[in-house]
Amino acid sequence: MRFSVYRYNPEVDSGPRMQTYVLEQVPQGMMLLDALLEIKAQDETLSFRRSCGEGVCGSDALNINGRNGLACITPVADLKEPVEVRPLPGLPVVRDLVVDMDKFFHQYRAVQPYLIVHDPDPETERPQSPEDRDKLDGLYECILCGCCSMSCPSFWWNPDKFRGPAALLQAWRFLADSRDQATEHRLQELEGPYRMFRCHTIMNCVDVCPKGLNPTLAINNIKKLMLKHLV
Amino acid sequence: MNLECRKFDALVIGAGGGGLRAALQLSQADASVAVVSKVFPTRSHTVAAQGGMNAALANVSPDNWHWHMYDTVKGSDYLGDQDAIEYMCRAASHLVIELEHQGVPFSRLDNGKIYQRPFGGQSQNFGGAQAARTCAAADRTGHAILHTLYQQNIQARTHFFDEYFAIDLLMDKDGFVLGALVLRIETGELLIIEAKTTLLATGGVGRLFRTNTNARINTGDGMAMVLRAGIPLQDMEFFQFHPTGIAGKGMLITEGVRGEGGYLLNGDGERFMERYAPNAKDLASRDVVSRAIAVEVREGRGCGPDKDHVMLKLDHLGSEIIKKRLPGIRDTCITFLHIDPVEQPIPVFPTAHYTMGGIPTNRYGQVVVPVKQSPEEPIPGLYAVGECACVSVHGANRLGGNSLLDIVVFGRAAGNHIIEFLRENRYHRPMQNAQDSIDRALARLARWEQRREGETVDELRKELQKTMEFYCGVFRTRDVLEQGVKKMLEIEQRVAQATLRDHSQVFNTARIEALELENLVDTGLATVVSALAREESRGAHSREDFPERDDQRWLKHSLYYQEQNRLDYKPVRIKPLTVESFPPKPRVY
Repeated sequence: MRFSVYRYNPEVDSGPRMQTYVLEQVPQGMMLLDALLEIKAQDETLSFRRSCGEGVCGSDALNINGRNGLACITPVADLKEPVEVRPLPGLPVVRDLVVDMDKFFHQYRAVQPYLIVHDPDPETERPQSPEDRDKLDGLYECILCGCCSMSCPSFWWNPDKFRGPAALLQAWRFLADSRDQATEHRLQELEGPYRMFRCHTIMNCVDVCPKGLNPTLAINNIKKLMLKHLV
Repeated sequence: MNLECRKFDALVIGAGGGGLRAALQLSQADASVAVVSKVFPTRSHTVAAQGGMNAALANVSPDNWHWHMYDTVKGSDYLGDQDAIEYMCRAASHLVIELEHQGVPFSRLDNGKIYQRPFGGQSQNFGGAQAARTCAAADRTGHAILHTLYQQNIQARTHFFDEYFAIDLLMDKDGFVLGALVLRIETGELLIIEAKTTLLATGGVGRLFRTNTNARINTGDGMAMVLRAGIPLQDMEFFQFHPTGIAGKGMLITEGVRGEGGYLLNGDGERFMERYAPNAKDLASRDVVSRAIAVEVREGRGCGPDKDHVMLKLDHLGSEIIKKRLPGIRDTCITFLHIDPVEQPIPVFPTAHYTMGGIPTNRYGQVVVPVKQSPEEPIPGLYAVGECACVSVHGANRLGGNSLLDIVVFGRAAGNHIIEFLRENRYHRPMQNAQDSIDRALARLARWEQRREGETVDELRKELQKTMEFYCGVFRTRDVLEQGVKKMLEIEQRVAQATLRDHSQVFNTARIEALELENLVDTGLATVVSALAREESRGAHSREDFPERDDQRWLKHSLYYQEQNRLDYKPVRIKPLTVESFPPKPRVY
């Protein structure tokens, strides 16, 4: 099987290039991460991030044949040859398939992704009905891989000002939590032309999310809640 | 060599649940904290914990901490230290509730309380009916806890050094730990982080074995750093094989599947656990279930064309329960096996999972070593928590649901003790007195920069993993372990001659993997040497040539020193804090 992999090492390369690798054997069920590890065994100068290998840690988000996804849960059998493997688009490349995620994490931190409660803590757990808890499903599972934000043209253009789908999904995760007491504050923080309203419902984020989450729906829910608080 | 130096009150190495819980305690106490992690914090392996965290909340079945303590002592096959176990079980409820307050999205019962499920080795009333003690957020509890703790640290404005790899501890001539030498992966630059206290929270070493449930980052870095500093590792022969890894692949299938009512079948369609554990059946301790599966397969009652695994049946739970309580493992099965557990059973086999052994500590997280007559003298300034540490609350076998508890309880305890230490040790000690350890670490790094032909890191790592799996697996004998020690010593020699092809500075993951391989060699030797010496069967350590537990000779902790692969032993702390001790008795489920 043929792979065309983005290579760039700032210490020696004047610019990026694509390098072809061939794997003679492709066992059944091979994931792209397995293939990259085989390639690295041939050529240890290829750098990429990886850890859990089962789609829960979010390390190995890549652009695979033009589409963002996690290498460890992408079967190579489903991919057209040569498989083009590139770093996530929209962020500076550090080396090869490794991008600088600082701006992505900055936007995550900027939505205050933690429960804000003004009342004193009770001695026991705060009660939450199963129905209220269900509202967090599809939100808390985010693994911060970056597939969504780095597929979003609005984020490509304004990574400094637009929170991006991943961070906005987390903004809604806390707005939707029956235990959180900072609704007004959170909504105010998202006002203005950029922070949330740069979302143009392109829905690339929904299309690529490897966990099947829906940031666009979350953003819509925030907008609806804003409207409700206005009237 | 002039190295950049940064100064903090406290250094935390590792950003899983243990490191982050300690860092939070310190940040909230206004200590300056640096958290060094070789990956972005939410990539840490805590994220992969599925089933839950034990605490006797009694939300589902009658429960109290003392029953939890009994189960943990019994689960440890009486090698656990009962003071630490009492401390952990007493703290459990408080800490689960604290996590809830911090935002963990626990699953809920109809009355709004935290959902709890039954897990292996849990009983009511000291060995009675099955208890339901494991607090869960579906089957993504580790993810929920790790993200919440990271978020709490964002709020507390903890200082993070993401993607920095810790090379070695820096120790002065008086034996104080003064910080660590770390490598910034993005640039290849070295940095000294000076701190009045250093906490190791670097996780386990599941990557010792070819088939394992662990992330690729679990290479025992902190454990190996400790060995190289002349400090022993404790009870390394006790390595947990999880009964239900996906056969041949290793992905974890939570014990929560059996907690929710799933069970194991052999090739004859028999529910074989009834023979091995008539009462607890599929919810016996992990060591018991893993051995039972291995025996079934060995005696020709496995499933599949090669009869090399057993089946985990859960379709009878119904699609609603599976989708609600076990969505993560359902995804994993669909992705990696193309089967939907709503309809089909899952092929499983015991898979390397958890390091019970590790850096010896007391219940404050202080690293302790024998000095003269005292078996447990603290090393000033050095702490360890979580899977890399050995308090020991897990003894010879960890109960499911006790590791998320361990990291939070002892992360917090260590944080509190560090705050006290900082009060009494107000100033940094002079770094020039640690020059020897800086030089040694630099020499080790420089060795990899030699440019010549040699074996590759990748080849040697594969060989090491095969060796450990074959010579130090579920069942062990003297003959096989002796060969294992010999092979590991050979691999150690060959790693010393291995070479790197990539000598660049920017994000050189090959160099990191080389350093990780050294850590695997150090911890692998500790494991196999300790296993050869222990001539009894206890918990996860199962010697076919010594099939019985031998409390007369072996109710003691092993201590492995790297120098000459020397072993020492120290007594188990049998005395709890306030209650009567649980004396060893035959362990049946």
